[in-house]
Amino acid sequence: MEKAEKDHAALAEEFIKDEERVDWHDGALWWIRQKRDMAAKNIPEWEALREAASQIKNNVLSNLHDYLLEFEANVTKNGIKVHWAADAEEHNAIVYSILKEKGIEQMVKSKSMLTEECHLNEYLIERGIDVINSDLGEYIQQLDNEPPSHIVLPCIHKRKEEIGEIFHEHLGTEKGVSDPTTLTRFARRHLRNVFVTRRAALTGVNFAVAETGEYVVCTNEGNADMGAHLSEVQISSMGIEKIIPQKKHLGIFLRLLARSATGQPITIYSSHFKKPRKGQEMHLILVDMGRSRQLGRPDFRDSLKCIRCGSCMNTCPVYRKSGGLSYHNTVAGPIGAILAPNLDMRKHADLPFASTLCGSCSNVCPVKINIHEQLYKWRQVIVQEGYAANTKVLGIKAMAWTLSSPTSYSTIGKAGRWVLNNIPFAVNNKFNPWYKQRDMPDSPKESFGEWYAKHGKDEVK
Amino acid sequence: MSTRERILADVLKNQPSASPLPDMSAFTGKNQNVVQTYSEVFTGIGGKAFRVKGFAEIKHLIAENFDTSQRIITSLPELSDVFERLSMDIDPHTFDDVEVAVIEAELAVAENGAVWLPEQRMGQRIVPYICQHLVVVIPAERIVPTLHEAYAKIGAGDYGFAAFIGGPSKTADIEQALVLGAHGPISMTVFVLEQDTILNTD
Repeated sequence: MEKAEKDHAALAEEFIKDEERVDWHDGALWWIRQKRDMAAKNIPEWEALREAASQIKNNVLSNLHDYLLEFEANVTKNGIKVHWAADAEEHNAIVYSILKEKGIEQMVKSKSMLTEECHLNEYLIERGIDVINSDLGEYIQQLDNEPPSHIVLPCIHKRKEEIGEIFHEHLGTEKGVSDPTTLTRFARRHLRNVFVTRRAALTGVNFAVAETGEYVVCTNEGNADMGAHLSEVQISSMGIEKIIPQKKHLGIFLRLLARSATGQPITIYSSHFKKPRKGQEMHLILVDMGRSRQLGRPDFRDSLKCIRCGSCMNTCPVYRKSGGLSYHNTVAGPIGAILAPNLDMRKHADLPFASTLCGSCSNVCPVKINIHEQLYKWRQVIVQEGYAANTKVLGIKAMAWTLSSPTSYSTIGKAGRWVLNNIPFAVNNKFNPWYKQRDMPDSPKESFGEWYAKHGKDEVK
Repeated sequence: MSTRERILADVLKNQPSASPLPDMSAFTGKNQNVVQTYSEVFTGIGGKAFRVKGFAEIKHLIAENFDTSQRIITSLPELSDVFERLSMDIDPHTFDDVEVAVIEAELAVAENGAVWLPEQRMGQRIVPYICQHLVVVIPAERIVPTLHEAYAKIGAGDYGFAAFIGGPSKTADIEQALVLGAHGPISMTVFVLEQDTILNTD
């Protein structure tokens, strides 16, 4: 287990240096949250849909073993080759072996958070295979050598002028051009050439139907389809939790997904892949990567119900103001903070603390994951396992001692008020982590206990 | 023990006790005026909808709205006198220069504006994605209120590939500014055909 170089607070500190950017980022994401609300209110049975989606996913988790077998059998019957991967290394090796066997050295990839988690691009590039991310936001992030900062809006933390500069540097557009339509058109022409020349395409998976062995990929740009339908080899990678039992359940999930994500009634493209086309070869990789372990944690298994809409990020006051990259994990925001500790508790020990526990994430979640309660529970596990930061452990210990007896409580309270009133510089300095970005409060002259001792008995009749 | 067996064993060991599937019978569309709703929703997501009476009108509107000197392909026999009938057998890459593709949908969904296209209706899978402008014909009686009715009609479906497509390709990845025409079509037009004659492509 490696320790992240900088924790969420330190990385967020970098992000908030540019106040104008933070305000823009905050406002842009809040607007998407508002669009989600408008879309949800247009569906009178919205809450019933969320409840049904939650129950379907509960059923999936409770019967995942059999659904995986059913799905595998149907996919195989449909003429698609199924592979199983326990971890990133195994997944990446499978992709590489498929390409190598065909002598393919270039691949186009549509959005797949799983392959980001696996660091597939780096793995393939080291072995001489060129990979291009075709989702526009992911393409921009790839050019800039950064991971996505949001699972639905990969470069939401970047301003258009910065993107214009990236295009100028890497693609030779005119310097200073930052108009979104002009830049998008340029990328369209450039990536069109990529699509028509790649023999292999990789896609993610949104929903995998056990009953029929087909799987659904949702995009707005059409990039997954442009890659897949021109390819001679199509590879799709999915986490084992992406299964749904029956095709009719797509009606529930497709009504919820885009409305929750961006406020659209449905993504522009909801592609149902079932069989290879004539002359094409299709592969599906079922990846565990910690999912089966998370399934065994009763307090945290509900995180596997996630359909990756990103609504918990858009609504989160901490995410909106700290930016996705500060979470140093492929999936950022509240859902990322409850998924990541399962993968590596030491490295991600800071993430469950990057929350106000306001509960807004749980309120917008289309599959009703109790995200904020899980954040609270992860904090307890992380402290018990000894992974919490020293300052937090010391603070909690000091608080426990203070609250352990009326005498210590009253003594510490007095001392605190005396310090704030007489030598405020002793706490208003950079050695006090609480003082960062905030002033210490004005101190009352006396505590409630002291006030009550003087007045309480006279005034209570 | 293979990876497959190990994953399955871990899942079996760790999965919680059985939890039932919900009853979905309450989810039905109540909307009676599906044609009107469909047109409004589809326009709202950046598409163009026309209510037409027949193929003569469709031909006329295509000529009026698109550059007919460019390559226009169709899978519809009713239109193959004026446009190129698309071939099922040629290399999909050869569609790269298609300006307009005209195909027929099997279903449309009023609530979200999407049309349902199994690959047989597309001609070839790449067609509705690679063209610059997508035109879809949908007989009015095949518009259903919600996805629930759509999936009930689709059933298992005899296709290798199919898609719901609801509007022109779009992105808002650069500063949330909406741009139509990311990688797929820049525009999408739907002709809602309100007539009694049954199309012979069924």
